[in-house]
Amino acid sequence: MADSFALTARAARRGLDKLGVVVAALFALGAASPFVAFRANRIAAGEAKSFFEALPPLAAALFALATFAAGAVSLLRTTARARLATAIAFAVVLAALIGMAADHLTAPSDRFARVAPATGFWLLAFASSILFADSVVRLKLGPLARILALALGAAALALTLWSGVWSGLSILKEYAGRSDVFWREAGAHVTLAVGSLAAATVVGLPLGVLIARRRGLRAPVLNTLNAIQTIPSIALFGMLIGPLGWISAHSPAAAALGVHGIGAAPAFVALFLYSLLPMAANTVVGLDQVPAEVVDAASGMGMTGRQRLFSVELPLALPVILTGVRIVLVQNIGLATIAALIGGGGFGVFVFIGLGQTAPDLILLGAVPTVLLAFAAAIILDATIELVTKARL
Amino acid sequence: MKRPLARAAPILWRVVVVAALVVFLVRPDLFRPLLAPLCDPGQPVIYDRASLLSLTLSHLATVAIAIGGATVVAVGLAILATRPIGAEFLPLSRSIVNIGQTFPPVAVLALAVPIVGFGEKPTLIALFLYGLLPIFENALTGLTRLPPEVVDAAKGMGMTEAQRLWKVEAPLALPVIIEGVRLSSVIALGTATIGSTVAAKGLGEVIIAGLLSNNLAFIVQGGVVVAVVAMILYDALSGVERLFARRAGRLPRNGA
Repeated sequence: MADSFALTARAARRGLDKLGVVVAALFALGAASPFVAFRANRIAAGEAKSFFEALPPLAAALFALATFAAGAVSLLRTTARARLATAIAFAVVLAALIGMAADHLTAPSDRFARVAPATGFWLLAFASSILFADSVVRLKLGPLARILALALGAAALALTLWSGVWSGLSILKEYAGRSDVFWREAGAHVTLAVGSLAAATVVGLPLGVLIARRRGLRAPVLNTLNAIQTIPSIALFGMLIGPLGWISAHSPAAAALGVHGIGAAPAFVALFLYSLLPMAANTVVGLDQVPAEVVDAASGMGMTGRQRLFSVELPLALPVILTGVRIVLVQNIGLATIAALIGGGGFGVFVFIGLGQTAPDLILLGAVPTVLLAFAAAIILDATIELVTKARL
Repeated sequence: MKRPLARAAPILWRVVVVAALVVFLVRPDLFRPLLAPLCDPGQPVIYDRASLLSLTLSHLATVAIAIGGATVVAVGLAILATRPIGAEFLPLSRSIVNIGQTFPPVAVLALAVPIVGFGEKPTLIALFLYGLLPIFENALTGLTRLPPEVVDAAKGMGMTEAQRLWKVEAPLALPVIIEGVRLSSVIALGTATIGSTVAAKGLGEVIIAGLLSNNLAFIVQGGVVVAVVAMILYDALSGVERLFARRAGRLPRNGA
């Protein structure tokens, strides 16, 4: 009797996926937590609604069924493909139902009520992303497949937004009132992050080459750049307001170029300064790890120092240099949010106005695109680094 | 053979920097002539709505609580993921670490506000979550890249799994783990200043007051104190790291 019990327990344990237990627990917790928060207006206190209260009966039944099925698939030892399909299918159901909940809870005549996703929704979204990430890891998707998956995900998101399924949700109500400003700030955000990356590449790469050649310069340059990193971003932004204001006041040319004390200029310079360390340091590391035999062989072939640098050393160091670019771009997309504090624009405008008005929907309107942008940049650059490294072998 | 002065210089430098910081925090008035040119006549030179010392201490307390908690959780999870029982979690945890670090700290901070309200709490949450990843990543690296002959020798000596963890693996991984704590702490010190936009007590308050009233002296004193504290912390934790590395036999006694 005891033996047979132990046997069954062992069989059951073998049939269960350990990670799946965690994911299934997240699904269960998500279903039990409030699905959406209902507020009478945009700054009122939220009223938690379970999926049962938030959805029409049939949709609530579909929700319960889908959550149960997704939990079961993750719990059992299923193939990676089945898990991937489950994660995607569940995400589609979740996306459709959150939009439906917003329409169901808001009376058609009510222009003030707000419905925002609550803990339950975020837990379920987290559970299905873990299931998705796990199956992607198990399937060992190649770099091109990952970029394709990202493109498909972006297209699906665009389609959902365009279809109007989510237009009842609070974050899109915030967007509806300020779509012009949103795209202007999006442009400002990307310009800040990518522009400072470009500037840091133009300066940081040669600087890295220089200190890779002159060992004596290495410690002072890297220590200086390291020290800049320790200055908190808001202070560095603030400290640059003064000097740039002075330049703009004394040089009409600089003022015409848009260099002002307050605005995008100090943010741009600050992001540029923060970006120099990863760019220069990674260039040094990349050049250092070029095998000495390769450099010798290139010299033996009669290459000049310049030829050796451009056709041998830099190409071999490229993956490490690109890792620096990845660090810089992801970091700058995040830091550009703070530019809003000194009038530099970007998604931070919504975050900080939202914080000021205690309007959580507006905070989301600024924070969610920032996170998505950083996430997409990381996936694309990781895939690029892998492609470049593979092409080398 | 180095001359004694050359050998004492690094220590002397550190003493001077720490002493200058302490004097500035206790008697900021002594530095008035240095900072006065940075603001308009009539503007206050030294932040006076709270003492710089108390702001620095609460700034440090916030960072210490968040990073302390993050260290315990991250190291615990890394130990679990590197045991046979947690092996299935290892590949996924690596990719979660990679993805999680793309979340901007400001976004984490801002997203925590609707959930827990204004004040210290959102800052603690953001610093904790953001601190987890570098420590977890380094703890994983430390615990998975052990010299295989050492682990084999420990097994051969008949050590149990728990003995191997505490007597062999943990001491060898400790320097790498401390490196993670160092990275997290320095990031957290900077991020905590942004916490002042959501009403957390700390040095960010001084900087933001400077931005609001257009007072460069405030911005500089807040920013420089955070930067100097970060450098001292970085330096101190690097020292601790070398100490444990030497103990674990990974560095020669007179090296680095």
